[in-house]
Amino acid sequence: MNDSRTFNWSGWLALALLLFMWEYGSRLNPKLQLYIPSISQILVTLGQLISSGQVTAHLLITLRRFVEGYLLAAVVGVSVGVILGYFRFAHSLLEMLIEFLRPMPSVAIIPVAILLLGIGDSMITAVTVYASMWPILVNTIDGVRYIERTLVDTGRTFGLSRPRILWHVILPAASRYIVTGLRVSLSIALILVTTAEMIVGSQGLGFFILDEERSLHSSAMYAGIILVALLGYCLNRLFLLLENRGMKWRRGMIAREAI
Amino acid sequence: MPVLEVQNLSKTYRQLGGETTFAIGNISCQVEPKEFVSFVGPSGCGKTTLLMSIAGLIAPTSGRVMLHGREVTGPPPKLVLVFQEFNKSLFAWRSVLGNVRFGIEARGNRTREAEFRARSLIELVGLKDFENHYPWELSGGMQQRVAIARALAYEPEVLLMDEPFGSLDALTRLELEDTLLRLWEELGTTILFITHDIEEAIYLSDRVWVLSRRPSQIIEELRIDFSRPRNQVATRAEARFMEIRNRIYRRISNERAV
Repeated sequence: MNDSRTFNWSGWLALALLLFMWEYGSRLNPKLQLYIPSISQILVTLGQLISSGQVTAHLLITLRRFVEGYLLAAVVGVSVGVILGYFRFAHSLLEMLIEFLRPMPSVAIIPVAILLLGIGDSMITAVTVYASMWPILVNTIDGVRYIERTLVDTGRTFGLSRPRILWHVILPAASRYIVTGLRVSLSIALILVTTAEMIVGSQGLGFFILDEERSLHSSAMYAGIILVALLGYCLNRLFLLLENRGMKWRRGMIAREAI
Repeated sequence: MPVLEVQNLSKTYRQLGGETTFAIGNISCQVEPKEFVSFVGPSGCGKTTLLMSIAGLIAPTSGRVMLHGREVTGPPPKLVLVFQEFNKSLFAWRSVLGNVRFGIEARGNRTREAEFRARSLIELVGLKDFENHYPWELSGGMQQRVAIARALAYEPEVLLMDEPFGSLDALTRLELEDTLLRLWEELGTTILFITHDIEEAIYLSDRVWVLSRRPSQIIEELRIDFSRPRNQVATRAEARFMEIRNRIYRRISNERAV
């Protein structure tokens, strides 16, 4: 885990150098500039897009789709995962199906989703849920399945009923697995929302990026890409913040194990 | 009337390879209220299986366990087991206070009084000022103290302990033995203790049952009548102490030679 207290000078310096090369590489070559505008030009465009409010609606729509899809995936992934982790029979029943579907590139089901759901919001949410559910599902199954036997017996000897053992013992013990799944799914959900928007959307950042490309507004296109990147970055930061709060006990434990 | 009665208990299990293991032969015994009794036996003799059966965590193949005259068919209220592997049994996501509170909450008590009681138990096991630490921040001996406090918070009439000090260093062990005796005297709980350490069994108990190898049976019962409170130096220095120790040791090693 990276230590947030030390500032990564060399990393930021490398990034700054790269942007500097981009800026001057683009300025020195007017032909290239058509496809790769200079950073300063892109940032100016981004500023204009934001202040005119042109891009805000797209950003909010993408964010809303992401939140819907991700939360739904979390609910489905955790609850189905708990059932499959808890009941051995249910797991053997569905194991082959999961093992077959999981490695399939999720975007491959976009055509199926279009056929079944059309090209509206529900289709975008559906593919997002489908794709980002897997890491949550699989991690939850593992966390519940491989729980320490002694922990469950501890719950039992203290007279807890099965549902209470699940809630007070199994779920907290499996939480580190579940959180790992949630972390992986975060970026998958954003990838799927953006991809689906490019294919079927008439709104959203994915649509915006592709639309600007087709209209040969390359700086606006790059501005859109920067916005998606920033969105991903912020969501990831927010997740880590919440994780550090909720899993304080776990972080210290990792630190201790590392010594 | 005995608190706990084990009647002709036996346990056989089938292992993964299809082999059958006879863990417990035929064990019968009775524990009186507020007694401290121990089972001592060679490792791998089925001690843990015996304790798990008494705790209602596994079903015996035949025979039964009676608690207050009622047959044990599942984990009974008023009885709790302290596991040897405290590091696996404690809740890593709960602080020391949270772990001990769990014992009270398991009884359905979530009031402010629960917190107060948890704190006083923590003090009683000598962990005052560690309430907000997490288990992994503590040493093994301190972790087992937390596990004991959590079990006592459940207010059990019978406390079962499965080699609770087995993985601790010798000094910590002696210290915890005395803590346990002090708590037992203060709270009046009946304790059924399992150990492979003969001297530990003698030092702690009113009665010691010596177990044979698998399938385990009681091969000897000894009444230990050293005066209480006992003392790690004085009690262990008594001539009778060594006599009993040697007698149990001979019994177990003869058994092994068979």
